[in-house]
Amino acid sequence: MSLILIIEQILNGVQFGVMLFLMASGLTLIFGVMGLINLAHGSLYMVGAFAAAGVAASSGSFLLALMAAMAAAAMAGVIMEMIVIRRLYDRDHLEQVLATFALILVFSEGTRFVFGSFPLFLDVPGVLSGPITLPGGIQYPLYRLVLIAVGLSVALGLGLFISKTRVGIQIRAGENDREMIAALGVDIAKLYTLVFALGAALAGLAGALVGAIQSVQIGMGEPILILAFVVIVIGGIGSIRGALIGSLLVGLTDTLGGIFLPELFKFFVAPDVAQTVGSALASMAIYVLMACVLIWRPTGLFGARA
Amino acid sequence: MTRETLLNTLLMALLIGVPLWAWVADEPFTITLATRAVIFALAAVGLNIALGLGGLVSLGHAVYFGIGGYAMGILAYHAQTYTPLMAWPFVIEGTKFMPVIWLVAMVVSAVVAFVIGLLSLRTSGVYFIMITLAFGQMFYFFTISWPRYGGEDGLSIYVRNGFPGLNTLDPIQFFAICLALLCAVLWLNARIVKSPFGLALGAARQVPQRVETVGLDPFRLKLVALVISGTICGLAGALFADLNRFVSPTMFSWQMSGELIVFIILGGLGRVFGPVAGATLFVLLEHLLGGVSDYFLFYVGLLLLLVVLFTPGGIYGILLGRSKS
Amino acid sequence: MTLKSFALAAAMGLLASTAWAETKIGMITTLSGGGAGLGIDVRDGFMLAIAQSGRDDIEVVIEDDQRKPDIAVQLTDKMIQSEKVDILTGIIWSNLAMAVVPAATAQGKFYLSPNAGPSALAGRGCHENYFNVAWQNDNLHEAAGAYANTVGHANSFILAPNYPAGKDALTGYKRFYEGELAGELYTELGQTDYAAEIAQIRASGADSVFFFLPGGMGISFLKQYADSGVDLPVIGPAFSFDQGILQAVGPAALGVVNTSQWNKDLDNPTNAAFVESFAAEYGRLPSLYASQGFDTANLLLSALEVADVSDADAFRDALRAANFDSTRGDFEFGPNHHPVQDIYAREVVQEGDVFTNRLIGVALTDRADAYAADCKM
Repeated sequence: MSLILIIEQILNGVQFGVMLFLMASGLTLIFGVMGLINLAHGSLYMVGAFAAAGVAASSGSFLLALMAAMAAAAMAGVIMEMIVIRRLYDRDHLEQVLATFALILVFSEGTRFVFGSFPLFLDVPGVLSGPITLPGGIQYPLYRLVLIAVGLSVALGLGLFISKTRVGIQIRAGENDREMIAALGVDIAKLYTLVFALGAALAGLAGALVGAIQSVQIGMGEPILILAFVVIVIGGIGSIRGALIGSLLVGLTDTLGGIFLPELFKFFVAPDVAQTVGSALASMAIYVLMACVLIWRPTGLFGARA
Repeated sequence: MTRETLLNTLLMALLIGVPLWAWVADEPFTITLATRAVIFALAAVGLNIALGLGGLVSLGHAVYFGIGGYAMGILAYHAQTYTPLMAWPFVIEGTKFMPVIWLVAMVVSAVVAFVIGLLSLRTSGVYFIMITLAFGQMFYFFTISWPRYGGEDGLSIYVRNGFPGLNTLDPIQFFAICLALLCAVLWLNARIVKSPFGLALGAARQVPQRVETVGLDPFRLKLVALVISGTICGLAGALFADLNRFVSPTMFSWQMSGELIVFIILGGLGRVFGPVAGATLFVLLEHLLGGVSDYFLFYVGLLLLLVVLFTPGGIYGILLGRSKS
Repeated sequence: MTLKSFALAAAMGLLASTAWAETKIGMITTLSGGGAGLGIDVRDGFMLAIAQSGRDDIEVVIEDDQRKPDIAVQLTDKMIQSEKVDILTGIIWSNLAMAVVPAATAQGKFYLSPNAGPSALAGRGCHENYFNVAWQNDNLHEAAGAYANTVGHANSFILAPNYPAGKDALTGYKRFYEGELAGELYTELGQTDYAAEIAQIRASGADSVFFFLPGGMGISFLKQYADSGVDLPVIGPAFSFDQGILQAVGPAALGVVNTSQWNKDLDNPTNAAFVESFAAEYGRLPSLYASQGFDTANLLLSALEVADVSDADAFRDALRAANFDSTRGDFEFGPNHHPVQDIYAREVVQEGDVFTNRLIGVALTDRADAYAADCKM
């Protein structure tokens, strides 16, 4: 296997990882601040993608579509928070899991009712389409490089936002001691809604960005939701840094596992058996990774609390 | 008789009476539906030992349900194709004999539950939910991509497995078998709740330190609860496969694990008969709503949401007017 | 569900009196969730044919299987035990068909498959009451392999999801393809990102790509492939290039060759009438699946003209004769009750705003399937 191919695959893993980060960062913030497990986060991803597809189809502008995606997802998030999620903060995880599981059904079928049962069209904008040649002669799609750049800048921006701004400080304080910051006069309800909207907007952004190179369809949010949970559990819940590291780990494991495990088994068994066994194991790889991390560190890599 | 006992009696009378009526009225499909409800109830009662009693929110109990299903599927597949399950180092043949299938399903589930418990009980809270989910996904993806036993297509078993003295192809007789097992497990569950082990487990859920001070190990208590719970789910899985005469990887899916939890919450957390009420209601809704609209899942979601938000005690909470933790 | 089928029937104005119907048909298909588009097309095509027949003695009971095998099995029990239907149809997915068909035929019911054709049911597991009106699963892939030979592809890279239908697909392609293989890959079922696979294709030195990735997987693959700059010719079965899906793939699919037993420009009067009336009734172009649903219903209607379902042997003979006007032109059954039919090569083109297919040639003539010899009926 050539070095170029390996580098290309690592880029693919990183790109997958940073998109996961957009999902995982919102989830981990929501869990860290409000103590809420939100299974319906994947639905916000779907809302973003559908909004982007709708706006792109009518306006033709990808930039406009991205903004619409973030706005629609944030709005859906705020509505969701005000009507349902708010009532769940003081409940136990079990009820949160169930209520947000119910929200998935409502969102999926609701979207199907509005947009129909067929996948929608959303394409990479013209200026970003096609491959470019990287040093070393690697042909790589420009759009995927842009995804990596966008993902990393969001990570950087989010890091600065949390550590430097006033709201960010309130969020961090909220993670540590809810009663205390409420006592200090911070409007906790407003802060919660804000965090939820922020997480939703990031999920919507991810949905639109990824929707351009994947299929915009009902149920698209669920596979990525589970992966995002794997990420935040590996990284440690509540930790943005953990979410970033976890995303990259999962992205790389998933991408490279699918390529190298079958190759690895070819050293030991017949090629067709190796292909079968390797593929079977590769599809389990990230879950094995997660189980191993948790067995080694029961609260994830950067997690503080259980 | 307390109101809860009255409710339990009514529920069981319903579960026995409706199929009997259907048997007389020659409505075999109603019996099939009731059997489905009873098997789901059995699995949910199993999960309830870990979840309700032990406080272990497992989002991976489909693992045991699926293992039970595949134990039935694989044994019956080898029996119906007359191929040995294992030829070396000694020959193991398949079987179509229910008690043996149940035993295998339960033993394998117990062993897997022990191993998963050993690994996952090191974590708690959300991490426990997620690590159990991870194990579930491992089994799910493995069965999909492993071609030996049908992969995603699953395995079809053409004739239901046999039970000595009974004709299992007759819906009412198969229903009777499932109901008898459910009653046995409910009785066992009620015994466990009152036993020293059950009391210690309940205490370990609420205040682990208190259990430790009297010299008990909460880890071991939870592990035992998980193994019992997984064993029962394995049995339910074997029955479910026999009901459908079919197994497939969807038995391992995380939605399946989720549904088992839904049964418990719908019925009422912390009640011995709660899962039975929940499973019955779910099967009923699935049957009734499925016909109303292409978008019926929307209404299922809405209903579930309302139950979780406004009636934390589930059906039992509504009917008895108070919730019990 | 009786309620809904009544409503549907009433809306289409086809049942004068639903209370008394001579023939009852049970349709179990996927109407909710991600794969609903296929089931809706099959249902609409089927109901269109029933409506056009003008017969008021046929009742169709429609149920949604949610693409879950255990629900499908349960619905089968319901159809047989409770609704007491005579004939079953509708299943879209092979794994659901494997769960339903053996149980239905074992209980003496007829099953007409409008879509799935798993190899097990074509070979040793065939049954005299099971008729497949679409294709055996391998067929379109075999045609793709045959077509690859005719256009001179000699070093194909082939990929499919790692599940039974995916294995069948690659086996089918290799059955007729005579060139070398630059690579053979099984991807994860439900995978959405194919960057890693596309990189391998680029590095493999292949001269063409064959893929079978149904549903959203195919959409994702094609968009990413088009964007990757790899410009090797692509061949695939019709599933990833059908009317319902093509609008979501967009320009990325233009020029791709795919194989199908049907296309909307197939030149025969039945097809022309079907395409026109389907578009008029539902406001969209018919898909492959819709044509299969339509053919299934017409086959059924043709048999009902000759014999009553209660006379199973006569009815079976009438089905086997396949004496109906198919949208595919010629249509006949092989000894295992699977179609013997021409399979065409199509090319994705743009007509105005709409992406669609046009016929470019015949890939396989009078193709039966590889499993018929194993079928002892």
